[in-house]
Parts: sequence; C-alpha cells; structure tokens
Amino acid sequence: MRKIAIYGKGGIGKSTTTQNTVAGLAEMGKKVMVVGCDPKADSTRLLLHGLAQKTVLDTLRDEGEDVELDDVMKDGFKNTSCVESGGPEPGVGCAGRGIITSINLLEQLGAYDADKELDYVFYDVLGDVVCGGFAMPIRDGKAQEVYIVCSGEMMAMYAANNICKSIAKFGKVGDVRLGGLICNSRKVDNEANMIQEFAKQLGTQMIHFVPRDNMVQHAEINRKTVIDHAPEHSQADEYRALAKKIDENKLQVIPTPLSMQELEDLLTGFGILN
Amino acid sequence: MIDKNDKSKNADALIAELHEFRDEVITKYPKKVAKKRAKSIVLSDGDNPPQIQANVRTIPGIITQRGCTYAGCKGVVLGPTRDIINITHGPIGCGFYSWLTRRNQTKPVDDNDSNFIPYCFSTDMQDSNIVFGGEEKLKQAIREAYELFHPKAIAVFSTCPVGLIGDDVHRVARHMTEEIGNGINIFGFSCEGYRGVSQSAGHHIANNGLFKNLIGRDDEVRGQLKYRVNLLGEYNIGGDAFELERVFEKCGINLLASFSGNSTVQKFENAHTADLNMVMCHRSINYVAEMMETAFGIPWIKVQPIGAHSTAKMLRKIAQYFGEQELIDKVEEVIAEEMIEVQKVLEQARKRTVGKLAMLFVGGSRAHHYQDLFEELGMTTIAAGYEFGHRDDYEGRSVIPTIQIDADSRNIEEITVTQDEIRYRPRKTEEELKALEAEGMEFNEYHGIMKQMEKGTLVIDDLSHYEMDQLIAKYKPDVFCAGIKEKFCVQKMGIPLKQLHNYDVGGPYAGFQGAINFYKDIEMMVGAAIWKEIKAPWESEDYVEATFAY
Repeated sequence: MRKIAIYGKGGIGKSTTTQNTVAGLAEMGKKVMVVGCDPKADSTRLLLHGLAQKTVLDTLRDEGEDVELDDVMKDGFKNTSCVESGGPEPGVGCAGRGIITSINLLEQLGAYDADKELDYVFYDVLGDVVCGGFAMPIRDGKAQEVYIVCSGEMMAMYAANNICKSIAKFGKVGDVRLGGLICNSRKVDNEANMIQEFAKQLGTQMIHFVPRDNMVQHAEINRKTVIDHAPEHSQADEYRALAKKIDENKLQVIPTPLSMQELEDLLTGFGILN
Repeated sequence: MIDKNDKSKNADALIAELHEFRDEVITKYPKKVAKKRAKSIVLSDGDNPPQIQANVRTIPGIITQRGCTYAGCKGVVLGPTRDIINITHGPIGCGFYSWLTRRNQTKPVDDNDSNFIPYCFSTDMQDSNIVFGGEEKLKQAIREAYELFHPKAIAVFSTCPVGLIGDDVHRVARHMTEEIGNGINIFGFSCEGYRGVSQSAGHHIANNGLFKNLIGRDDEVRGQLKYRVNLLGEYNIGGDAFELERVFEKCGINLLASFSGNSTVQKFENAHTADLNMVMCHRSINYVAEMMETAFGIPWIKVQPIGAHSTAKMLRKIAQYFGEQELIDKVEEVIAEEMIEVQKVLEQARKRTVGKLAMLFVGGSRAHHYQDLFEELGMTTIAAGYEFGHRDDYEGRSVIPTIQIDADSRNIEEITVTQDEIRYRPRKTEEELKALEAEGMEFNEYHGIMKQMEKGTLVIDDLSHYEMDQLIAKYKPDVFCAGIKEKFCVQKMGIPLKQLHNYDVGGPYAGFQGAINFYKDIEMMVGAAIWKEIKAPWESEDYVEATFAY
C-alpha cells in the first residue's frame, strides 16, 4: 500500500487534482482510499457526487467512543473509499489536533488493515503546514510520499517551498519523501519551464503539467471528476496520465528547500525577465 | 544578621570557601549554560548587593524548582479563598495537582458560611473539547457549579491548551454572569501555564484580577476596632494566618483581610476600608499594594512576621504608624507576655541549634523571612535563593527602575490604576508621613534578601538540581529548606529537609506561637541522630574484591 499526501497552497486545486487522479487510478483497477484532512470536509465531494459524508470527528462527537468504520467511510466512484476527517467551525478549537485524533481513530478502526486490500491512501491536506496537526499525515508512518500541487504564481511556489521544509524536517527522522510537484496551470508566463527548474532545485521533478481547462469547472458543477463526467475529453486523459506517472514513479527524495533569495531569483529569471 | 557569638568556627571557615562554588559548578556546564548560570550565582556583600540575574527563562533540562503561571494564579493567590468556586478550565491533571497541596487552611465562621476549599472543580477537557473548543463545556460547568453550591463568586482559570485553542474565558464569564444573574460575580484569568518564566507571572495576573473584579466593591465599614489593617501575601499555610489573627486581636488591631489566607469574597471587597496595608510576601502581592495606594490612598509597609522578634517588630511598626499611646502600650504588653513562652522554648532549642548551618531555596519571600527564625536559633544561613523572585526581591526595590523588561514580562497584562474619585482618601497627610519617615518608618520599601545575609554567603536564583547536589555534598548543611520536589533527594543524601511551601505536616510558623513551633521542629530535625544512619550498610563497610574462578 502506498500512502500519499497532497499538499499545496489554499485554493490551488488540491482536492480537485487529488480526486481526478484517484479516479484515474481507480479506473486502472487500483483500490484507493481518500482521507480529507480539511475542516471544510469537501475533499471527497466529486468522488461521492455530493457532500454525503458524515465526518470522523462529528461522528466521534455524536457517538462517543462507539464508532464503526462504516459510520465514517463511504464508497465513491469506482469503489474508492472516502473519509472526511472534519473539524471545528472556523475560529474555534484546534483543527490540527482534530486531524491527529481522526487519523488515529482510522488506524484503530482498521481502515488500513490488510483485509481492505488498499493499493493507495491519499491524504488531502488543508493549505500550508501551519502547525503540528497539519503535519500529521507526513509524520512517521502516516504518509510516505508527498506530492505538492503548485502553479507558477509566487505565493504557490512560496507555499510549496515551505512544505518542502517540513518534508525535509520529517524526512530526516522518518520515511516521508517528496514524489514531485504537480503543476496545476494558472497560465502564468513560462510556467512549465519555471516549475521544472524549481523542481530541479528542490531535488525533485515536475511529475506532470496539468493544463487549465474549463471542463474541470463543468465537471465540478456536476459534482463529478472529469473522468467520471466527460471520460472522452482531453482533460480526462491528462489526469489519467498523471495517475499513471504517480503509479510508476520511482523518484522519492528528501527535498532541499530554497532560500528566499533563491526563490526570488528563480521568479525574476523566468517570470519577469522573459 | 546572626549574632556573632552564635556563629561556629565551622561556619566562618565555610563562608570563606563559598566563593569557589560558582566557578567549580559552572565548569561542569556546557558553555552557553555556564554563561547564563554564572549570572544567577552571586555572593552577598552586605549593604552593597551585587546584581543578580533573576526572573529569566529556566534552562531546559536543568531540573528547576519552578512552577507554572497557572499554579501561581490559581494555586497560590486565589486558591486559599474559601467562598469562591475556582474552576480550572483544562484537562483534569492541572486541577487535581493544584488541589490543597499547599495546606492552605480556612475557618468558616458558622454553618452557613461557604467553604469550597475541600472541593476540586475542573472542566475535565477531553480530546473533542480541544478540537471543537471548550467554551460550551465551561458554560455547563459554571451552570452546574452554581446549581449545586450557589456561590457568590466563580473564578475560571485557563490552562495551557485553553490558550492554544483560543477559548475566551472572559467572554464566557461575562455571558454566564448575565445568564445566572442574582448578583453573582464570575471572572476569568488568562493564566495559561506557559505564560511568563515561572509562577511569578501567575501572581501578577491574579493581582490584576483581584483588583479588577473584587477589591473596592463593598464600602460598609465593619468592626469595632479602630486600627484597621490588611495583611497582603499571607496564605495561611498550616494556620499561619490564624496565629497572626490571634495576635492582632489581642493587640486590638482590626485585621480586615489577609490576601488570601483564610479570606472570603467580602473581605476582598471590603479591604479598601483599611488604613494600612502590610506586605508580607512581596513577590506575590506587591502589585495589589501599589494599586490600592494609588486608587484609595492606603500606604503600605513591608513586614515579615516570621520569627518572634520579627513579629514584635511588625507590631511596633503598626503602633508607630497609628501613633496612639493606647496602642503602643498594648502592643508592648502583648509582646512582653508572648515572649515569656517564646524565650523558654527558644533557650531549650538553642542548646541543639546554635552554630548549625541552614540553606533555604524556596519561594519569592520565604527564603528571606525564614532566615529571621534561623537567626533566633543561632543558625547561619550559608546559601539561599528564590525559585521565582525578581531582582528587587534580592537587591531591594531601589533597583526596580534598572530592571530590564523583557518579552516574557510584556506578555503579562499591565493594568493602569487611577485614583478612585469616590473612595480615595489619604490616610496620613504629607507632613505626617514625613514625620513617620524621619522616625525610621519606611513606606513602599523592601530591601531584599541580600542585605540581611552575611557577607560572602551564596545567593543563587532558580537553583538547579546539580547545584543543589553540589551545595549539599560540599557544605553539608544541618537543614535544607525547599519543597516536595527536593525533599527526598536531599534526605537520601543524609540531610533533613524542611518543606517551606506546605510545612510538611507542621505549622503554623508565623507569629509568636508559630516561632515556638518552628524552634521545636528544627531542634528535632537538626538534633536527630537518624540522618547519620542514612547510608546503606554496604556503603560504609569495607568490601572485598574478588574474581570468578572458572
């Protein structure tokens, strides 16, 4: 079983990319579980065709300790298992602690047990690694592989670099590795080249360049992944390609994060000068 | 300072050696630690105390004596008040381990008087309260506490996780005050354990809360006696406040409130009707003394009624302040009467105590005050220091303007107190105060621990465990005074330890009867032969070395 965490700046398209990729893997016949680690609990919406999910933490709060795996896990597109960690309403309590509690509970309930015959677990994590709780999936034993969704925009790269710092930190003491950057295009000038160079400097690869296409929006409005909504569309093939690359990926590294200066140099080199 | 005739040659010889201690100890530390610790280990120098580093962050791993901000606020200052329900908002351990461990005593006046001290109230936060926020559970706890006990006041204390997740205890307090109504007084403290560098931060936060929420709310002048005083920083450990109450009553002095030993909500609310504030534990309560002077015009003096002569000195200061012959005569009469028994017991005790050595590492005042008792017993204090004192507690208040305010201190709320338009009333005219000062009375003054200590003795702030080990191994005091964390380590080294946080099972030690108790207890401890037997038999026997023959 490969355990994969998807990180990236808020709003960059982590959930969309994750679910579309998972749909691609599921289509290939892989057994995949998706764990949404965002208090908004919208990481499995496209696979489940709507927000049908009761979150782990809500269930834990309502049912007490007496929770069954079936209460929190729902089957989505092509037999994917979908779980939402959930969390407090904005401005209250501690969402980071919530993720820790939730993943521990999933382990206790045997969500990862051999009899589930999982090929993949995907953690879709909220935005940046702001505190210890959000690093939970990349701590020892939870996720071994991280993919960072980014674009050629400054803040997206800045966030990606920060996430690499966290992977570098935990990678030294655990077995978490960076698998690559997924460029979710924002149609920034020279984007693919810049992200490729950024990836190189981090010691990793740009595993795939996902072009921008309105079909993603159409599929989202229909509460579906592109592969589900328009399987013949070229954008569906892009996600299939990404899924295949991840499935075949052997490059797992401890990244070397850039200094602020190096990052700015990169941006001026590719973004403004050209 | 100790009487010259009482000092043993041993003490003189040891004091001459003490200057070596710092250098020997700090060479064992890593460089950065050594640099920092060196500033907290100094030698006293009579009236010219050297600068000591105090109230700075403890070095992690050094095994400190210190406690946390929550402990200082809830455990020390607010804990001893019997009719406030003190709710710890946090996981259960914080509430449980701050429950009655200091042996604060209290005496309800009758069956209708509330006493919540034997209870422990906590919101018992669980994982889900951390994730989803604990405010609702806190509201429910307040409702339950009110329904069960109908208290006049409820105080809420924040523990570390409450600060991390951002529960607003003050908003909850306001909300519940409105919901319950009935004139109940509910207030919260942002005293999360991690604030500040020690429990001292908690004292300051508690002082602010006392002033904002309790003091000055009840203007009725109660009591027949005309000499009206408060005693600040007396926490009634082992019944200290009971003994002082007895002495004051005998002298005809009206003790309105102790802050906070044997106290009640009403005593706090009414305390501003006193004419003199006496500060006992300077560190934990000087803030309230200053606020009450600014707001209400009550002057404050430092007293230390630990030790019979020191108690007599305090009574004479009160008599001098009020300046009436009737009180002066009465005080002298009481002192003379009390001293008869004191002298009798002291003479007996001194047969075993004179010339012995003591070390005191406790509190923010106790390491100073108890030296008075040891002096009476003819014992020399060769090393002392505080857990959470500031530079003014060591060097005297004159250094306050030179103390650097660091980021840790800025983290603690500073409240601005102004003159109360209705209640401000100068107790003495400028001329009267000047006249009293000319007679040697000192207002708003504390000279600190160092000036009382013999030249060349050691003063160490925030003593580490290693330093404690070394002090004992090198200088073998006859008694070591500290707390429970040190007690058994020290006793295993063959030195009796007297706990001055909770007095073990003893006390009271304040006032005249307290001094008598202390003389007897220390006589017993330093005279006990048992400490020589502490070594296991094999440690004092010759042993035979051999090898196995195969």
